[in-house]
Amino acid sequence: MTNFQYVFLLRHEILLTLAAVVILIAELFTADHKKTSVITFSLVVFTIVTLASFIPAAPGTLFGGSFQGDRLTDLMKDILNVAVLIIFFQSGGYLRRSENSEKIGEFFALILLTMVGMDFMISSGDFLTFFIGLETASIPLAGLAAYDRFKSKSAEAGVKLILLSSIASGILLFGLSMIYGASGSIYFADIAQKMTASPLMILGLIFFISGMGFKISLVPFHLWTADVYEGAPINITAYLSVVSKGAAVFIFTIILFTVFKNIIDLWEIALYALAVLTMTIGNLFALRQDNIKRFLAFSSIAQAGFILLGIMGTGSLGMATVVYFMLVYVFTNLGAFGVATAIYNASGVETISGYKGLYATNPKLSLIMMLALFSLAGIPPVAGFFGKFFLFTSAAKHGYFILVLIAVLNATISLYYYLVVVKAMFIDKNENPIAFFKSTKGMRLSLAICALGIFAIGFASGIFDYILNISKLLF
Amino acid sequence: MVDFSYTFLIPLIPLVVFLITGLLGMKWKPMVSGIIGTVGLLIAWLLSLYTGYEYFLAHTVEHYQTIIPINMLWLSFTNSLQIHMGVLIDPISVLMLIVVTTISLMAHMYSLGYMKGETGFARYYAFLSLFTFSMLGLVLSTNIFQMYIFWELVGASSFLLIGFYYTKPSAVAAAKKAFIVTRFADFGFLVGILVLSFLTRTFDFSKLTEPGTTIFASSAGVTFMGVSALSWAMSLIFIGGAGKSAMFPFHIWLPDAMEGPTPVSSLIHAATMVVAGVYLVARLFPIYHFQTPQVLIMIGYVGGFTSLFAAIIAMTQFDIKRVLAYSTLSQIGYMMVGLGVSGFGGDHGLGYMAGMFHLFTHSMFKALLFLGAGSIIHAVHSNEMKDMGGLRKYMPITHITFLTACLAISGVPPFAGFFSKDEILAAALESNKLLYWTEYITAGLTSFYIFRLYFRIFWGKNTDYGHHTPHESPWVMTVPLIFLALGSAFGGWIPFHDFVTPDLAPMVHKMEWLDTIPSVLIGLVGIFAAWYLYKKESSRPKAVVDFLGNLHTWAYHKFYIDEIYLFITRKIMFGMIATGIAWFDRHIVDGFMFGVADVTMALSGKIKKFQSGNLQEYAFVYVAGALALVLTLLYVFVK
Repeated sequence: MTNFQYVFLLRHEILLTLAAVVILIAELFTADHKKTSVITFSLVVFTIVTLASFIPAAPGTLFGGSFQGDRLTDLMKDILNVAVLIIFFQSGGYLRRSENSEKIGEFFALILLTMVGMDFMISSGDFLTFFIGLETASIPLAGLAAYDRFKSKSAEAGVKLILLSSIASGILLFGLSMIYGASGSIYFADIAQKMTASPLMILGLIFFISGMGFKISLVPFHLWTADVYEGAPINITAYLSVVSKGAAVFIFTIILFTVFKNIIDLWEIALYALAVLTMTIGNLFALRQDNIKRFLAFSSIAQAGFILLGIMGTGSLGMATVVYFMLVYVFTNLGAFGVATAIYNASGVETISGYKGLYATNPKLSLIMMLALFSLAGIPPVAGFFGKFFLFTSAAKHGYFILVLIAVLNATISLYYYLVVVKAMFIDKNENPIAFFKSTKGMRLSLAICALGIFAIGFASGIFDYILNISKLLF
Repeated sequence: MVDFSYTFLIPLIPLVVFLITGLLGMKWKPMVSGIIGTVGLLIAWLLSLYTGYEYFLAHTVEHYQTIIPINMLWLSFTNSLQIHMGVLIDPISVLMLIVVTTISLMAHMYSLGYMKGETGFARYYAFLSLFTFSMLGLVLSTNIFQMYIFWELVGASSFLLIGFYYTKPSAVAAAKKAFIVTRFADFGFLVGILVLSFLTRTFDFSKLTEPGTTIFASSAGVTFMGVSALSWAMSLIFIGGAGKSAMFPFHIWLPDAMEGPTPVSSLIHAATMVVAGVYLVARLFPIYHFQTPQVLIMIGYVGGFTSLFAAIIAMTQFDIKRVLAYSTLSQIGYMMVGLGVSGFGGDHGLGYMAGMFHLFTHSMFKALLFLGAGSIIHAVHSNEMKDMGGLRKYMPITHITFLTACLAISGVPPFAGFFSKDEILAAALESNKLLYWTEYITAGLTSFYIFRLYFRIFWGKNTDYGHHTPHESPWVMTVPLIFLALGSAFGGWIPFHDFVTPDLAPMVHKMEWLDTIPSVLIGLVGIFAAWYLYKKESSRPKAVVDFLGNLHTWAYHKFYIDEIYLFITRKIMFGMIATGIAWFDRHIVDGFMFGVADVTMALSGKIKKFQSGNLQEYAFVYVAGALALVLTLLYVFVK
């Protein structure tokens, strides 16, 4: 392997780092009254980064096995890049507010730096790289959550996130040290070979699961989610619920499938319990929310419970269903968040009851919201249906029929609260609905992409086949 | 071997036209959609004619081949359960290709004049293209599942076109009726397909209909209620065909379907879609003949009964389109009889050949009758015979072409219907005397009712048309009439036995002219009776009606079949069965669901306090949750 190929394998990480640095420098050299031009600049830079990262590279490992790149990890990173690009397009309206003019560069740079951490985490080949990647991805998030630092809710969100996140990291690290103690190695491949069930290993496994459960918002490790989602700026909430969660889901699945392969029986019991709890509690809380951000927070918790079903299918099918679901979830959830962002930017309305009568004034936005909610609820023929269907198939193939039954019941309950939003927009009467407004170009573009994705991913059966094929190479 | 892979374009062109006119038709002038549709179909028609020439005429062969130029894998469930989409070329599919594109082209062109100025003109053409696409896809299907998909598509486009005047309640009701009745029959078709494919492990026509195939061997002993499973399957499949072809007792939708625009009746409800059932039986003919001959005989009897039954009703109706609708039922019955009495191989295949021949000639003269009726309706603005009379002076072209079609359907030589009908009778005479006599009498009734129609429209007294004198239709409407009149006059001279036979080998067949005398005679008797009663206004028809008494009343009320259906659906199904189910649904099912919802909401309120916003509590729950999991797993591990 030549040096160039080494560098090329790291293309996601290098490009993201460069982009973050370039954006910060560019902001430094921009006159104060023209700071908003940084937004456009960052969009251009990141679009180039996203496109350049699509260039395929040969699989390989670096740094003595600490870093591994293959087609599956590349795909995961590309999915995250696309998600972030959509979020960036949706952020323009928020960042153009006068109070944000002095910290535009930070917004982009911090997000990109967390992305670097996530990409390293996804490609990690040992627990040390994994942990460093995880922390790189976590710490700036607290800063992002507190981005509206003069708003007490946002500041509260930042503090809560950093405190709870450090508890989670501490427990995770404790668990990793136990795994090291039980196996004598930090490398995934070595540990996988020596993996046997022992009380020490079980302790390590559960602490690892709880640490990841924090990032993915699995019940009972989820309690930060609603408060932070509500307090953080809405674009950061979107980022937390899609990208941050997605990266954690990817590496969680990879590590469970590789490192803990020998003790599948044990972790599947844990996931079974977590899946039931997460789906059910997430749904029960979502039923009563009126704040759209809290609503989407609990909805995303419930969705995380469904993802566990895919993981429990194990093997290439399990992996493929999880990746496919995340791909669908990116477009679906960002579609919903995009509409919520557009409405918040234009009118400051953040509540579902405030959405009443929206269809009369803003029919296009209402339709996209409806599409996204249908996809979240899993109504055919939109992509969300296929995503959920495959997850359930994966679990059912492994014989978890009762679990699938519970999931189906939960999906039915979720249908109720998703449709409540649709009903508010389309059916409920309102004396003073949100007035008609025109969203930014970037927002319109991002929503068009989301709507297209929600349809196209479901219909293009080749996508799932592709993901299945590349995960067959590995699992 | 000629490459027929271009044939996939023939259904594709109408599909593209449908998408273009359907999506963009609102943006431009209505006539543009009409012209795009007509030109698109002209291309498809030329391609079909070229295909016919290449397949039948360009190369002399002893034995026609079944060619499958395209067959792509569409759905692959397992290695054994796969569904293909493709194009199948054999004599009957090429025949249908020509029939469908010809009649569709005529209907397209005719509608340019007939539908001019109607609201929804572009929508009309979009639906017409959708129908043509579906019908072509149906006839070209390589497997029974593909056929089923297009089968449903033609049903849907027929629904759309019958209900074209959707502001008219009767049209909406007719569209629903057609859809529900055929859909009901299609359910039989679907179950039949499933049983057949379960028994044979294939959907492909080429495997199913290969003579001497062994795929049925495994199902030989399988029976259900004393009848072999294969017979059940083939009967159920025929029920699907009977629904589309409006065979008794599924015939009730077709007369009501006349609520649609007249060119639609001509295209869908006379020439193409309603013969889909005949085509289906012909397509599966080897199975019917070799595996389930008793079902084939049943098909013959259903056809025979329907043809006589419908002809009797046709004699008593006054709405000219309804007369033609019952006439269509009767003629499709003829085709079914042809297939039902047919054998396989050599001269034994006469009935099959005659059935398909009649399908071809019938499509010409029946489409012509409908288009002629449309031309008349266009001129006098009424469907009722009483509003017509003496029209021959005002509408000479319509008159002559209509007369041609009447002669053709009455079996007067040398018009087209004479040849095909006579061969069906000849085939029936050899194998089933009962069916022969049924069809023989029907032939007389046919020429009677059709000339009753003819004399009442074009002869008789001159109705007072007021200031609005009827006039001949524009050329876009008369050109199709003339074209179809030529087809109805000379179509019978095509040597069909060279082309379409069950075993794909040309048949050595000679028509015995002397044998045709009885059937010509009965036709002439019918014509004479009609002439005697209706050549001018008189009290003679009333005397006959009085003489027949109740018989006429029953026939006029279509033997009360619709009322029987209404009784069964309204009183028994809705009134008795559905009420009970509705109660169960409202109280038990809904009650359970409401209960679940209430419990869920209550639970949601109870657990609310866990989300307190208190950081210490969050941390506590986190650690406690992790420890609970650890304890659970350790317990499992120790056990």
